Amino acid sequence: MDFYQTDLSQLHNDLVNKKISASELTKATFDHIKANDDQVKAFLTLNEDAATKRAQEIDDAGIAADQLVSGVPLAVKDNILTKGLTTTAASKILENFNPVYDATVVDKLNQAGFINVGKTNLDEFAMGSSTENSAFFTTHNPWDLTRVPGGSSGGSAAAVAAGDVLGALGTDTGGSIRMPASFNGVVGMKPTYGRVSRWGIIAFGSSFDQVGWLTRTVKDNAYLMALIAGNDKHDMTSSLKEVPDWAAHLNDDTSVKGLKIAVPKEYYDDLNDDVKKVVKAALDHLESLGATVDKVSLPRTKYGVPAYYILASSEASSNLQRYDGIRYGFRAKDAKNLDEVYVKSRTEGFGEEVKRRIMLGTFSLSAGFYDAYFNKAAKVRRLIAQDFDKVFENYDLIIGATGATTAFKIGAEIDDPKTMYMNDVLTVPVNMAGLPAMSVPAGFSEKNGMPVGLQIIGKPFDEQTIYNAGYVFEQTTDFHKKAPKLGGQN
Amino acid sequence: MASKITEQQVEHVAELAKLEFPKDELGKFTTQLGSIIDMFEDLTAVDTDGVEPMTSATDRVNVMREDKAVKATKEETEALLKNAPDEDGGYIRVPVIIDESEDGE
Repeated sequence: MDFYQTDLSQLHNDLVNKKISASELTKATFDHIKANDDQVKAFLTLNEDAATKRAQEIDDAGIAADQLVSGVPLAVKDNILTKGLTTTAASKILENFNPVYDATVVDKLNQAGFINVGKTNLDEFAMGSSTENSAFFTTHNPWDLTRVPGGSSGGSAAAVAAGDVLGALGTDTGGSIRMPASFNGVVGMKPTYGRVSRWGIIAFGSSFDQVGWLTRTVKDNAYLMALIAGNDKHDMTSSLKEVPDWAAHLNDDTSVKGLKIAVPKEYYDDLNDDVKKVVKAALDHLESLGATVDKVSLPRTKYGVPAYYILASSEASSNLQRYDGIRYGFRAKDAKNLDEVYVKSRTEGFGEEVKRRIMLGTFSLSAGFYDAYFNKAAKVRRLIAQDFDKVFENYDLIIGATGATTAFKIGAEIDDPKTMYMNDVLTVPVNMAGLPAMSVPAGFSEKNGMPVGLQIIGKPFDEQTIYNAGYVFEQTTDFHKKAPKLGGQN
Repeated sequence: MASKITEQQVEHVAELAKLEFPKDELGKFTTQLGSIIDMFEDLTAVDTDGVEPMTSATDRVNVMREDKAVKATKEETEALLKNAPDEDGGYIRVPVIIDESEDGE
């Protein structure tokens, strides 16, 4: 099964009308993954036996007309807990970890009857922008196997781009859904902070982390997002706001006429020429469809990266203290006392990037540096959020590039953490403010043929306006229909 | 703010974070951290006088749950213990932390 040939609604109709059974679909999905994944390496774990059994159960029970994802194969990023199915966060420290409960998002999808085909690769503990920091292997970009898929949800993005699945769950702490979506030519939505429960997500930066979907189409994304959103008594930061039926509003009447779009010069002026050309054409296109497009400024954008890396690393250093070699996960063999259990297990179990961030966080929070680093960054975070508020007083959406470049070559930036961090300059401010934002395929670079993403940022809890604009853009262009040819022939 | 972090500082922070860096890696790691911390210094250019720090973007505050214990089933306990690096008789086993030979000296 190559999911470039269909979408969620069509697939559901085929299942209900018995053109295909869930079992046949599941088998075809695994056949496709096995044919591709030696090259792409999107999956850390395949869930074939359980998925096959589940598909049979669903076929036996029958699929009702209102069960949109029943029998539909989807993938899950490997930092999201799945009961009985190994969950590693791509870390050696959790190599053999077998969760005893499902994350709320997985629980909701199970109730909706999805088929979990497997767990996708990521940067260890979701820390990275390229999926090169996985403790196990690097995922390759299906559009050009010598390039990175972006990160940290690189496995999920590559699985969707390779046509393995229609949708895969990702997490976004500083751009980890949107950047890989941009690099792989797929749709990636980070909802408003609090929209989706974080219970059962392996914590990185708790005040930033949010779960969302990578999909091939905007409407599929809206359908799937509604399934996982909503208040959860297990997550005290999850919002009580009602979850709208976003997909129901995406139809022939959806329009961008009169929509007021702000384009921050920081999200446009400093782009590479080839990316800028694609973004300019996308903005001109939205204008031709009746939107108004004005240049604005988000003056503190450049401070987003340093402030984010202080705050997110501080939260990471605190969240990752639980990996102590005692109750679960890796324990160093030759530890002779308690302190050695902690130090040796953590030193041997964590990869380089994770250690770097724990160190940055511990440093920023340590005596004598707290005010100069952590507290200063938290104040800058407030100012960045206020800059967004100010623009949203006069505009419906903020639109610009998702990343300043297209996917880079594997290994090109791995020894230069500072350059790697700067890749996130256009995505982290959104997480600082907790806003919803989506990357949609906007075209291809003339220079290297790689996909370019358009980032659409909305007001808090206004995912609908983002989906509407993304849908209209997608329906009036054909970038999302172009499939990569594995082997680098693009 | 100090603009450069020293190897001694890195060793101190590593101790706080329960991590260890071999001597031959310490130099490289110190240089990388120094370069990132230099980037943090950019924030000094932002005027934050009178600005309240922002530590979360949630629209909810002080949500409490009932403090109620839930008894785990035998199967749940067994599944949990399977994830422990070492267990014995339903307990998680750890290396001895008290060296009795030095006791009472």
